[in-house]
Amino acid sequence: MWNLLQIELFKISKRPRTYIAFIAIAAIVFIFQFAFKADGQSYMDLMLQSVKDDFTFERVKAINGYFMCYIILNTLLIQVPILVALVAADSISGEANMGTLRLMLSKPISRSQIIIVKFIAATIFTLLLLVWMAITALFLSMFIFGVDDMLIFRVKGDESQILQITKDDVMWRYFAAFGYATVALTVIAALALLLSIFAQNSIGPIISTVCIVIVCTIISNINVPIIDNNVKPFLFTSYLVGWKGFFYIATTEDGEPIKGSLENWPAIRNSLFILIGHIVGLVTLSILIFKRKDILS
Amino acid sequence: MSVVIKVDNLSKKFKDFTAVNNLSFTVNKGDVYGFLGQNGAGKSTTIRMLLTLIKPTTGNITIFEKNLQTNRKKILQQTGAVIEKPDLYKYLSAYDNLSIFAKMSGIKSTKLLLMNQLEMVGLAQRAKDKVETFSQGMKQRLGIAVALVHNPDLIILDEPTNGLDPQGITDIRNLILSLSKDRGKTVVVSSHLLSEIELVANRMIIIHNGRKIVEGNVAELLDPSKALIQLQTTDDIFAQQQLQQTKWIQFLQPNTTKLQLVMPKNEVPQLITDLVSKHVQLLSISPMHALENYFLSLTNNPTTHVESAAN
Repeated sequence: MWNLLQIELFKISKRPRTYIAFIAIAAIVFIFQFAFKADGQSYMDLMLQSVKDDFTFERVKAINGYFMCYIILNTLLIQVPILVALVAADSISGEANMGTLRLMLSKPISRSQIIIVKFIAATIFTLLLLVWMAITALFLSMFIFGVDDMLIFRVKGDESQILQITKDDVMWRYFAAFGYATVALTVIAALALLLSIFAQNSIGPIISTVCIVIVCTIISNINVPIIDNNVKPFLFTSYLVGWKGFFYIATTEDGEPIKGSLENWPAIRNSLFILIGHIVGLVTLSILIFKRKDILS
Repeated sequence: MSVVIKVDNLSKKFKDFTAVNNLSFTVNKGDVYGFLGQNGAGKSTTIRMLLTLIKPTTGNITIFEKNLQTNRKKILQQTGAVIEKPDLYKYLSAYDNLSIFAKMSGIKSTKLLLMNQLEMVGLAQRAKDKVETFSQGMKQRLGIAVALVHNPDLIILDEPTNGLDPQGITDIRNLILSLSKDRGKTVVVSSHLLSEIELVANRMIIIHNGRKIVEGNVAELLDPSKALIQLQTTDDIFAQQQLQQTKWIQFLQPNTTKLQLVMPKNEVPQLITDLVSKHVQLLSISPMHALENYFLSLTNNPTTHVESAAN
């Protein structure tokens, strides 16, 4: 198994398309950082417009490395599924397209092993993408913008909220958020892997994965009670942005943030279980289908 | 002589299309076994079933005296294959491709072993070059190096000379002969060209529309003094019972759906006389072709072309 995983990672590392995702992330992060360095004050003025009367904060300090990373993650974690799909959807279909699948399966390796190794490789790729995102969006932003208390703008029900997290209470939240995001994006990788079993080239599964994510995301954002109660709980996209929960700090009755606390840990934990359930289900389904598949490519 | 491959009543259906129909044959140790049939005859589907790429609808495959379904891993450790085009990782070098597939075959490959393997197929000088820069012939040779890297006892080559120039075809032919004669390997080689099979194989099978037409020793099957006879009677089972009691039984082809005999041409009149004397009611005797002509008639007859789902 270890040998197979090494082979899989070697193959991924040698494919130019692997690096498209890293380049795309770096480009987006650098654009954000440049824009905020040049004119972050305007953005901050806009965000604080609705609460300026009852909130006092030194605005220059509000644009710091922690805040920048949060803004970037808010945008990027919606697009990253596409980048994950680029590699994961190619797992089986790419081999079928090249003709190497039949050669691989004529070797003494079980089909279950192939799916498991492909899934682990896709998960490692996802993890590396998020580490790269952490390096560029978090650590580089900390270097460029410095470190201070973090402001979170949040819309809860009909009202806008600003949460303030002290600078010594932020870093563990980022580690937890990146960990959660890895699990969430691994669901996308597992979905793309499943779809790649049915195709002879990677275009179909990439487009299918992205379409499923878009459609499910739209459904997840429809606020109609019948969908809220009967559909949303079963959609993985309802839990993709659950990482934000690590930045929703609990407050006292007076509205004072409680250091080291989370507003709703049980919700985050349940979301994680549901995402892991999706991963297990999708990978199991992939194995079952792949074991029965006739290789005609 | 020990049997390496034993296939019994193998069939494969893709929805309503039957690609392989009740096929049975045996390959002995040390054979170069020719698998002959026109495009779409069911060769590739059968070979894919031998390599567990396709699941048979019915039938049984035994390789190295083990059931293929239950001993897949052990059998594939002793088997090397080139299936149709030798597609490899184009973005990797010849050396990396060979190294990857050696690991997948479960062997610990050294640089020396891999370079020797590339040397054997004449690619040592191009070891570091990416496969995307290779000609079809070079890819074919690398594919064979991949098939042989773990020193398998059984080698399955599906149309190995496709797309090769005359020199490449000769090289592959010599390699197949050398694998059998010098290294004692068992080789199954498929082709749609009788001339190719004739030059390398000692035993062969012809399949058409997924069914076996004939199986046997190449020298005997291609003997110009012999003919393939197909008998049509009012009662084939009775006719077969009558043949069992005569010398003609030695010419009867086993495991075919029709009564077929490969026999000396000049003895055909005697066969007819004997059958009539045993009250076998003959409807027809056809075609009275030599095997080569018979195969060519299949190839040239457009109505016999059936596309296989696997091709």
